Amino acid sequence: MYNQKVMDVFANPQHMGEVENYNAIGTVGNEVCGDIMQITMRINDDGIIEDAKFKTFGCAAAVASSSTATGMIIGKTIEEALQLTNKQVIEELEGLPPQKIHCSVLAEDAIRAAIENYEQNRAKK
Amino acid sequence: MSIYLDHAATTPLSERAFEAMKPYFCDVFGNPNSQHVFGRDAAKAVGEARQTIASLIGAKTGEVYFTSCGTEADNWAIKGAAMQYRDKGKHLITTQIEHPAVYTTCKQLEKLGFEVTYLPVDNEGFVSCEDFEKAIRDDTILASVMFANNEIGTVEPIKQLAEIAHRHGVIFHTDAVQATGAIRYDVKELGVDMLSMSAHKFYGPKGVGALYLRNGLKMEKFITGGEQERAHRGGTTNTPGVVGLAEALKEALETLEEDNAHIRSMRDHFVEGVLNEIDDIYFNGAKDFSKRLPNNANFSFRFIEGESILFSLDLAGISASSGSACSSGSLEPSRTLLAIGVPVGTAHGSIRFTFGKHNTMQEVDYTLDQLVRIVGRLRAMSPLYNKH
Repeated sequence: MYNQKVMDVFANPQHMGEVENYNAIGTVGNEVCGDIMQITMRINDDGIIEDAKFKTFGCAAAVASSSTATGMIIGKTIEEALQLTNKQVIEELEGLPPQKIHCSVLAEDAIRAAIENYEQNRAKK
Repeated sequence: MSIYLDHAATTPLSERAFEAMKPYFCDVFGNPNSQHVFGRDAAKAVGEARQTIASLIGAKTGEVYFTSCGTEADNWAIKGAAMQYRDKGKHLITTQIEHPAVYTTCKQLEKLGFEVTYLPVDNEGFVSCEDFEKAIRDDTILASVMFANNEIGTVEPIKQLAEIAHRHGVIFHTDAVQATGAIRYDVKELGVDMLSMSAHKFYGPKGVGALYLRNGLKMEKFITGGEQERAHRGGTTNTPGVVGLAEALKEALETLEEDNAHIRSMRDHFVEGVLNEIDDIYFNGAKDFSKRLPNNANFSFRFIEGESILFSLDLAGISASSGSACSSGSLEPSRTLLAIGVPVGTAHGSIRFTFGKHNTMQEVDYTLDQLVRIVGRLRAMSPLYNKH
């Protein structure tokens, strides 16, 4: 069902865990649907994502999507990260089965949710 | 390394069954319904297969009908009886944990105007005889309860249920697809009117099943066509298939006790190991192993998802099966697990291991080690798991 790239990423995911002293966190999905994705980030004063990590409850495609998407935004600015689309994640993974496309959407959503959280926190200060 | 732990899905064809089938592909190829010598030779083999199966399950030869699979046998039993007796009543009884072969067939009959009661089960998957009797109405014509559940291995009290059904004049069918070859039974002693089986679940070939139909029970024709199967199921008989079914069943019942002892010891060792080494899990199905298929173990691992467990096992060379329908593209978790009260989220993290006679204790130990590693790895990755 999965291509070699997805299987490799699932077997050896990168950026797994929680960023220490993160200042952005986004959690999307729910247990009932079988997918939950959490992305934590540390964003510096210049708006650059210094580090990002994921935790995922879900299928192999969800794990591979979160690992890949997380890798794609490290070192990028908030603006650049917000431009990341699920299509780019799928391209990076060299394709996902049709019924697993929603996993890549979840990754995009998790990144947006984390950045939103960061901006809300900043507005409060 | 390739370890096969999905024997409830299918089993490899036994050498004995394969050898028995061989002459009926190229040499004895005649149509069993032809009158000439080629046909008569094939008909002889089909007749002997029918006789063998009948004697192994305590039926009369004329009570065994061949089908293309277990699903077809279930379809025939339920639709055939429902249509035959629809003037007597329109109510059917089955359970919430039936295989789709029965469940979906009942759903289809509802669209045709039948009413169906889907009985709940307790948290180990047992149907209550009391609930069953209470569900029977004046217009109930048919009940269908599986002999043993395909996901959690729970063995239902078929004999008692059949007796209750008959006390109220209700026809009783059982889907014995998982039970046949694992549990020794006699249809007369069980008291069922109809029983379905499928060859590939007990080391027979795929594409052949059988339906036991008690003599005297009238049934609507299922596949209209020729005179095969007493004109109830048209279609040229699968001669090598039915010969393979008979030989596989004969072999399974000859070696049942020793095979079950081996399978049970592996399953018990595995279950004990998993429960000892992994926290936060549910062991699904009957806790009393005398009321559970000897080959079945089913667990729900909290905080992680079934497909990723299954896929990790696959990468480690282990083939098991998920209770989660995620891999088939549906977001609905297993109907059986929900019926026994497993929470929806947890039901997503369920795996079925079904052992077979060719597995070894070394394979079981390897699987246990890998499972502990995989569950640990996926939990470390899970946002729901916070224990370290």
